Amino acid sequence: MKLYLKIWRQLNTSSKGEMVNYEIDGVSEHMSFLEMLDLLNESLIQKRERVIEFDHDCREGICGQCGVMIDGRANGPLKNTTTCQLHMRSFKDGDTIYIEPFRAKAFPVLRDLKIDRSAFDSIIEAGGFIGVSTGQAPEANTIPISYETAEASFDAAACIGCGACVATCKNASAALFVGAKITHLALLPQGKVEASKRVLTMVEEMDAQGFGNCSDTRACEIECPQGISILSIAKMNAEYSKAVIFRK
Amino acid sequence: MIDSKIPDGPLAEKWNNYKAKAKLVNPANRKKLNIIVVGTGLAGASCAASLAEQGYNIKSFCFQDSARRAHSVAAQGGVNAAKNYKNDGDSTFRMFYDTIKGGDFRSREANVYRLAECSAHLIDQAVAQGVPFAREYAGYLNNRSFGGVQVSRTFYARGQTGQQLLLGAYQGLLRQVSLGKVIMHTRHEMLELVVIDGKAKGIIARNLETGELERHVADAVVLASGGYGKVYYLSTLAMGCNSSAIWRAHKKGAYMAGVSWIQFHPTSLPQHGENQSKLTLMSESLRNDGRIWVPKTAKDDRNPNIIPEEERDYYLERKYPSFGNLAPRDISSRAAKERIDAGHGVGPMKNAIYLDFSDAIKAQGKDKIEAKYSNLFAMYEKITGINAYKEPMLISPSAHFTMGGLWVDYELMTSIPGLFALGEANFADHGANRLGANSLLQACVDGYFIAPYTIPNYLASELNAPKNDISHPAFDEAEKAVRAQLDRFLNSKGTLSTDYFHKKIGRLLYEKCGLSRSKEKLEEALKEIKLIKESFEKDLLLTGDDTLNSELEKAGRIADYIELAELMCYDALQREESCGAHFREEYQTADGEAVRNDADFCYVSAWEWKGKEHKPELHKEPLVFESVELAVRSYK
Repeated sequence: MKLYLKIWRQLNTSSKGEMVNYEIDGVSEHMSFLEMLDLLNESLIQKRERVIEFDHDCREGICGQCGVMIDGRANGPLKNTTTCQLHMRSFKDGDTIYIEPFRAKAFPVLRDLKIDRSAFDSIIEAGGFIGVSTGQAPEANTIPISYETAEASFDAAACIGCGACVATCKNASAALFVGAKITHLALLPQGKVEASKRVLTMVEEMDAQGFGNCSDTRACEIECPQGISILSIAKMNAEYSKAVIFRK
Repeated sequence: MIDSKIPDGPLAEKWNNYKAKAKLVNPANRKKLNIIVVGTGLAGASCAASLAEQGYNIKSFCFQDSARRAHSVAAQGGVNAAKNYKNDGDSTFRMFYDTIKGGDFRSREANVYRLAECSAHLIDQAVAQGVPFAREYAGYLNNRSFGGVQVSRTFYARGQTGQQLLLGAYQGLLRQVSLGKVIMHTRHEMLELVVIDGKAKGIIARNLETGELERHVADAVVLASGGYGKVYYLSTLAMGCNSSAIWRAHKKGAYMAGVSWIQFHPTSLPQHGENQSKLTLMSESLRNDGRIWVPKTAKDDRNPNIIPEEERDYYLERKYPSFGNLAPRDISSRAAKERIDAGHGVGPMKNAIYLDFSDAIKAQGKDKIEAKYSNLFAMYEKITGINAYKEPMLISPSAHFTMGGLWVDYELMTSIPGLFALGEANFADHGANRLGANSLLQACVDGYFIAPYTIPNYLASELNAPKNDISHPAFDEAEKAVRAQLDRFLNSKGTLSTDYFHKKIGRLLYEKCGLSRSKEKLEEALKEIKLIKESFEKDLLLTGDDTLNSELEKAGRIADYIELAELMCYDALQREESCGAHFREEYQTADGEAVRNDADFCYVSAWEWKGKEHKPELHKEPLVFESVELAVRSYK
């Protein structure tokens, strides 16, 4: 198939970007969206032009490094997918496709479609862990965890840190990302000890990084590649209230 | 002469003996010592966090935009541990024996025993970090079985075990960042090792956002940069996985061992076209419930669902009745290739076999299968558009894991003092074939439990060594070499892109140094690599500048791959036997099984770089077996 692409090009964080038109022919429906961009880049190289920079790594939907806005939707027309898992069978011959980076104040553009998501690392640094050092662990089966609890914890732990939730949110809120980590750890007995401290420091850091507030539109839940539920935001809010009330 | 430094004593006591005698650094002195860790996968992150907890200063590097994205994240199936929670006959010795046998008796007894010995505690560590492993209804940890073994010792977190283990290690690492003990350098790539007075003392790294070259000095350098299966281009690996950190260390004097021992994973998705960039893995755990078959008649084009039972060849169950669909990876992959080559391949490109769940769905119900594998079935449908609850999956073998890597001794130190290699970057524990769910284990055990003893043992004697800084001439020289290579790439005005060369070298290796090899094919490959190398030097076309430029990053990695491919072929050519993943067509039985030659090849091949114009030099580390008898590896 033949496609008309309008792609965001921006030299660096401080420069002004623009949408640039490209045409690409010979795209097969079996190609992934990123393989289509590979093909376009190959043609740019042959024209002695700079390639379109985009983030990607595992190309199997788990590393969380890829992700672009496609026709105004995070990761394109499908629900709950990463950009690398989107295939060209979702498009048809002659389509025009708009491709832009994930946009948020906390995710500055580095070049073209590449963005800086280190704000997420800063939030984890602020408390998104259980403070156990190597060597301290007791025998694993001394901490029984019910099947349901382990599964619910996993549902939240599955977050891949891609930032689609932030990109799709009109407020650029990171509530789903932070809520997922809070929920993952707060549900487990090992994580309860630090739960109050964790939620306070992580939420504080989330605000400091310039993410917006959550206004409950549920847009994040629709795009999240791991289908993480907004119930984890509710869990974060509950943990936060509890922590504030009992703060010493 | 190579010294593997295996400690004295009976097998089960060696690691304890080592730990009892290892030198220590007192807490006040630890903050005077700096360690560089390259890579933030399970091995790198766990090592960096554990050493930081002890009080050393760590600088951690990864090329990804966050430490959490290292390729350990993609491991699906599980992690092995000899906990014997199932009471089904498992023990440390059993796990050791399965791993040694799985590796076709081409690994060190002492290393493998230590891996099995440390396995149980890893599960404790991961659970304490909050890794949500699968549980039984009573709340205890659940297990499943994996290829090449007859017990259930695999712990798992749905189909995302690697991701969950890595998040545990990553969170531990970032906790140390917040405490100021680790300085994190994301989007940085190591481009040179700095060696001073014969010891590893630093690296040159390129900041991938700005293009700046940086000098970093330390008292020890750890490479945990993963495997090099991406040399085949089409593989299950991430696009950025590369050999550059270990290859550049190799060119500075570190030996490479078992270089051609590459595992082809039996259950990846088949190739569908020329522009494909990756072959997605479907977890081996699927083989617990899926049955593998091809039509008995070659070139049978019918829909699989209408092919009657008696016209199907369940070839793994037929050839290996006691292990069946759970035969080890090398054997399963080779059997698949044999059937495909014989014309029984299925799918549009006739390059696949069927993995069929209809019997399991009939016996257990769709719900049970969904609970175990829903994410894998969903992924399969996303990629192929096919619903695997209704028709069999199409799968095929693909380059996956490198058993080979930097040669290390028992302390995980390379042949350069002060340079350590951990996880898939080293060659150590898997011999000529790795068992499923042992790679997450080895990466974690190296980083959490071994390096935290062996690195301090080395550092204890470095405490009073003269301190170097980045103005040392060795840094000038290393940076100059890196600069020169980058400038050469930036001025490449040929006609062929980096991907062209990567695909070319990958295809060549698949054909001539892949699932099966022969003297004739390997000699041809060596000649062709020479031509590719010449062409790369004069025909490469690169665009962009010396700041953020993914093409420039790729060029360096491909230059290294081309040299590495040559060493892989030398290694495969020199080893005139078949063992594990290394199958030489000249050395097989009448029914196509591998023929190992213990009389002449019971050693580790460690290769020394001798310069661009010279052949590498082979050093042999004899493998001595005291606790197991060398046996023909049979899964029949």
